[in-house]
Amino acid sequence: MGLRQWIDGWPVYRQLTGDDALGRGSAARSRGTERLSARTEQADRVVRSVCPYCAVGCGQKVYVKDEKVTQIEGDPDSPISRGRLCPKGAASKQLVTGPGRISTVLHRPAHATGWERIPLDRAMDMIADRVIRTRRESWQDTHRGVPVRRTLGIASLGGATLDNEENYLMKKLYTALGAIQIENQARI
Amino acid sequence: MAECHPVGFQWVMEAKERGATIIHVDPRFTRTSALADVHVPLRAGTDIAFLGALVNHVLSTGKDFREYVVAYTNAPAILRQDFADTEDLDGLFSGFDPESHHYETTTWMYEGADASAAAGARDRWPASGGEGEQDVAARQHGGRELRDTARAESYGAGGAALGGKPALDPTLQHPRCVYQVLKRHFARYTPELVEDVCGVSRELFARVADAITANSGRERTTALCYSVGWTQHTVGVQYIRTASILQALLGNIGRPGGGILALRGHASIQGSTDVPTLFDLLPGYIPMPHAHQHQDLDAFVAADAGTTGFWGNMRAYVVSLLKAWWGEAATQENDYRFDWLPRLTGDHGTYRTVLNQLSGECKGYFLVGENPAVGSANAKLQRLGLANLDWLVVRDLRMIESATFWKDGPEIETGELRTEEIPTEVFFLPAAAHTEKDGSFTNTQRLLQWHHAAITPPGDARSDLWFYYHLGRIIREKLAGSTDPRDRPLLDLTWDYPTEGPLAEPSADAVLAEINGHGPDGQPLSTSTQLRDDGSTACGVWIYCGVRAHGHNQAANRRPRHEQSRVAPDWGWAWPANRRILYNRASADPDGRPWSERKRYVWWDAEQGRWTGDDVPDFEADKPPGYRPPPGAKAQDALAGTDPFIMQSDGRAWLFAPAGLADGPLPAHYEPYESPVDNPLYGQQTNPALQAHDRPANRYHPAGNQVYPYAFTTYRLTEHHTAGAMSRTLPYLSELQPEFFCEVSPELAAERGLEHLGWATITTARTAVEARVLVTDRMKPLRVRGRTIHQVGLPYHWGPEGLSTGDAANELLSVVLDPNVRIQESKAATCDIRPDRRPRGPALLAHVAAYRRRAGLPDDTPPTTGEGRP
Amino acid sequence: MTSDRNRLSGPLADPSADAGYPDDHPPRMGFFTDTSVCIGCKACQVACKEWNLLPAETGELDLLGQSFDNTGALSANNWRHVAFIEQKTEQTTAPDRPPVDLGMPAMGPPGHDAGAADGQVRWLMSSDVCKHCTHAACLDVCPTGSLFRTEFGTVVVQEDICNGCGYCVPACPYGVIDIRPGDGRAFKCTLCYDRLGAGREPACAQACPTDSIQFGPLEELRERADRRVTELHERGVDQAQLYGRDPQDGVGGDGAFFLLLDEPEVYGLPPDPVVTTRDLPSMWRHAATAAVGVAVSVALSFLGRGTERRKP
Repeated sequence: MGLRQWIDGWPVYRQLTGDDALGRGSAARSRGTERLSARTEQADRVVRSVCPYCAVGCGQKVYVKDEKVTQIEGDPDSPISRGRLCPKGAASKQLVTGPGRISTVLHRPAHATGWERIPLDRAMDMIADRVIRTRRESWQDTHRGVPVRRTLGIASLGGATLDNEENYLMKKLYTALGAIQIENQARI
Repeated sequence: MAECHPVGFQWVMEAKERGATIIHVDPRFTRTSALADVHVPLRAGTDIAFLGALVNHVLSTGKDFREYVVAYTNAPAILRQDFADTEDLDGLFSGFDPESHHYETTTWMYEGADASAAAGARDRWPASGGEGEQDVAARQHGGRELRDTARAESYGAGGAALGGKPALDPTLQHPRCVYQVLKRHFARYTPELVEDVCGVSRELFARVADAITANSGRERTTALCYSVGWTQHTVGVQYIRTASILQALLGNIGRPGGGILALRGHASIQGSTDVPTLFDLLPGYIPMPHAHQHQDLDAFVAADAGTTGFWGNMRAYVVSLLKAWWGEAATQENDYRFDWLPRLTGDHGTYRTVLNQLSGECKGYFLVGENPAVGSANAKLQRLGLANLDWLVVRDLRMIESATFWKDGPEIETGELRTEEIPTEVFFLPAAAHTEKDGSFTNTQRLLQWHHAAITPPGDARSDLWFYYHLGRIIREKLAGSTDPRDRPLLDLTWDYPTEGPLAEPSADAVLAEINGHGPDGQPLSTSTQLRDDGSTACGVWIYCGVRAHGHNQAANRRPRHEQSRVAPDWGWAWPANRRILYNRASADPDGRPWSERKRYVWWDAEQGRWTGDDVPDFEADKPPGYRPPPGAKAQDALAGTDPFIMQSDGRAWLFAPAGLADGPLPAHYEPYESPVDNPLYGQQTNPALQAHDRPANRYHPAGNQVYPYAFTTYRLTEHHTAGAMSRTLPYLSELQPEFFCEVSPELAAERGLEHLGWATITTARTAVEARVLVTDRMKPLRVRGRTIHQVGLPYHWGPEGLSTGDAANELLSVVLDPNVRIQESKAATCDIRPDRRPRGPALLAHVAAYRRRAGLPDDTPPTTGEGRP
Repeated sequence: MTSDRNRLSGPLADPSADAGYPDDHPPRMGFFTDTSVCIGCKACQVACKEWNLLPAETGELDLLGQSFDNTGALSANNWRHVAFIEQKTEQTTAPDRPPVDLGMPAMGPPGHDAGAADGQVRWLMSSDVCKHCTHAACLDVCPTGSLFRTEFGTVVVQEDICNGCGYCVPACPYGVIDIRPGDGRAFKCTLCYDRLGAGREPACAQACPTDSIQFGPLEELRERADRRVTELHERGVDQAQLYGRDPQDGVGGDGAFFLLLDEPEVYGLPPDPVVTTRDLPSMWRHAATAAVGVAVSVALSFLGRGTERRKP
């Protein structure tokens, strides 16, 4: 920075020499203000999404910088929502980045008084074992003499924020397992 | 709608600016009421009386859209001579068996329709005894388990099957035609009755009736929007039926600006019904098969599908599904492995599952983004079920009550449960958020919209797609080599989805491709009419066929709104076939011309020989209005060019439902199971077919019981979401509605000594909760049955976890269910309310038991786990 | 220099030019908040907090009991605030946000017609925000130059300058600007200055589901608001009135103005706000006069004393 620029940068100099004699506008701009820009401008990418709360289906734009979500706001292109969001939709970033999200698997053994952390792959293996065991123990080839090929030992209740593809795999796997007590918020 | 679907409400506000009259019918005065032209506060649980009176108004003043009614509804259909109405039987229809509380529905049929076609008796589980006889017995008496199935749910994509076509009287004069039957049925639903039952003045009723009828017909249409305020009742399905009758009479279905619009509460709750994680459905509203001694695919289809209308192609839908699931292993020789589908034997719904948990039959439970420990009716019953499991898997973003009941549930405080004695092994697996996975939601307007993964989920968090794919993979690996025939369906399952990235995330697009389906050449299908029943096509969800037409993910279409028409066909993809208004052939008259220029939408272009218009016609594009089916025609060929309701076996909108419903072919006003008053219309107080479970921890209040003198209703607030896991865990939302509260009128506050911002204890036979008190003029006492009825309003978002905490309103509710779809009655019940906080610990149990004693209910000892009385 | 340059009150056509921005500066931007379509959803509050990364309330959350408002007021951490006003009106009152017809049947014992007389409930909602005054006292009193006027004519706190002196807080005639506890600096709505720079609308306006919060060039908004209020009057909504639209008012007109359905006081807004620095010039003149007077007196007194001293 040359001397001239440096002096030009002085608010007082600007105030005295510019059109902002009272120093309430252009002369008062700080370095921070000069550097200011919307963080959406610095996003590495903008990803199109859909609000996960109610069923209106408002379009969302997810701004990502350094593999972190930096902003979520309405998608003005959407013919459904025209870029608007309700308080819940507007809080989507806090939903996905805010406090309280759990990122480790927790396990409470039978009769235990607290949680233990266990690795994800171990949990998956344990759950698979329990499914196989319960299925075996509760299997019904027939019910009152009529073929049923099923288990009433395993049940599932899903939320209605599940993707279609998730629901599809759930129903497919459970049906192949013979589990029929497969339910969803959609009944509630 | 402003309260729970604020962004959707922008269109209501826009309509209002353009002169539409906005009417809000709701027991409470909400943010919607504040913007409406008219608010109709009515007693919770009385909408059928209100809507029925509107139907009566339309019929008695002749304000129905007669041409539409004659051509497009079953108003001219003639009913059997032996049908008896609620007017004849004091609140019952013919066919009721008081012993089993079940209707036998043969007498509801059209005259001349093929009675042997098991009308409305689609495939179901016979009660007992030998084959053949069983089915007869089932039809005649309805086994206990049989009637417990949620059959009506399977009509989500069309009505029940009918054999044959009815005799018609287009003059609507025949005394047994539907139109005349309807007139007689609703004749006593008068403005005076509305005043007596609903607490709505005659003047206000007249204002609504005038507004709706003036705004319907050729030139204008009226839309009805509803939400769970209509469905969560023991007569919920019949609420929607009454609305359907009204809208069909006024010609408001299949036309722009009309319809009955379900404002569903969760992002993909429509998708969760279409691609059902529901016990009684297979994808695309194909029913789950019931147990029979020897039933093959053909028998299943014959029992379930109509031969006319698009459901006439059901075999192609089922075979294509079985091919999608079992691929090469499903062949014509082995009946496409139809026998590998597990069989139902009655009700296996979520509340029945809880009873099975209490009895010890159900030992393992997956909760996937769901929190029944505070979110389901009678939360205590839910927790007692959870506490009696072998294992429980909970998948969610944040910690929820259903995962922590064993250490800090209310039963620990009361001493009903002890942590060390709870045998349930609990796994909490963190889930990925919508920004961390690819996938599609089906929103409330049947619109599939794709969301793209923006980032990878943190730590061990994974998508539910990942969880189920890998769980299936591991189970299959563990069972590999098994010769047990029960493992064949697992081992032969098509389960080879490609995975991507370091987390081995299965490709959601590959799953969507399976949902869409492919032909013999492996090429993606474009429409469900390409599906075949010979095993040459595979399709996971037949109603979604076309979502990946030409190998392109249509759900991800996002052409900006400014670059396309108001119908916006290039934004997402709506099932079926990207049609945005269902049954839109009804927007044209029988000759195929728009009913009016103002309301033109889809019409017949005679020159081109095609249906055309603003939307994709919900009709065969080249079937002319003049088409008449030849004798013996099947499936869609059996419908005329003037039959717009193509999923119905007779192509018409049903004012009268000759089949498919468990509680009557017409709606009738029954009181909520817990009501402060009697039913002035009929001797029958409540829905005769409802499903109740009178047992410890689920006792009911008798009607008019003065120990529980007040009505209450539960609801949502804009600032929170359902049971709260996605809102009361967020600082920005929690601070906006920081605490559980109840809303009461100044009159009720005075009567009970409640103070604004003080505490109140609300007590039912189930338990008691405490809430801060908001005294507000928005709550109004109503004059009903000559008495003043007070209503207590309870938002149900809270629980002990999270940043904004409070008791859960769902603790108060009982489990009592609609007989068609097994939805609980959470919008109308009774309670007592008193000042001050509730008792703590064992004193709470004593408090509730004392109420029960005073009300003359069984003084149950506190229930413990495994006490198992289903 | 134009005659209205550097004034601290009265109409001012172009506050940005007044603050030294060149002639090609962008038009003055603002908010028109039309409360007749506000549904009280609070999306504006949340969208503002998300964009501006404002702290959530800390400590024990408490129900305020002010209808559905649990925020209470604009503050350093709440730059938008939705007020909820429940009114029970006489049926004879002219319709405004046309009071919703409850059509109540008669209440109470026979002969006692309590319910019929009070059947009207009106629920007003309004999203309040910094007014971005034409004459902003907060800015005028700021000794550090932290508060400044932008090229869009808006008033913004520069966080890197603010020293937390707090002079601006009592200066604001609306009670908007506030010191953030634990931080010490002053904060308020920036009208999303950073977003404006990127050609985007403020977060609250973009989120607002019913377009109750409208953003745009102030001149356009004023025209739109005039049309809207006329339209409402024609529909019989007599009480519809604009607040902060008038350049002749005590702050020279607001950059963020409102259409209200009742008197401003009902919404907690001052009925006749005046820029607290309006009288500064005359105060200076009076002060100068006073100073001269004091000097003269002092001189006289010395003189007098001297005279006295000289008294024998």
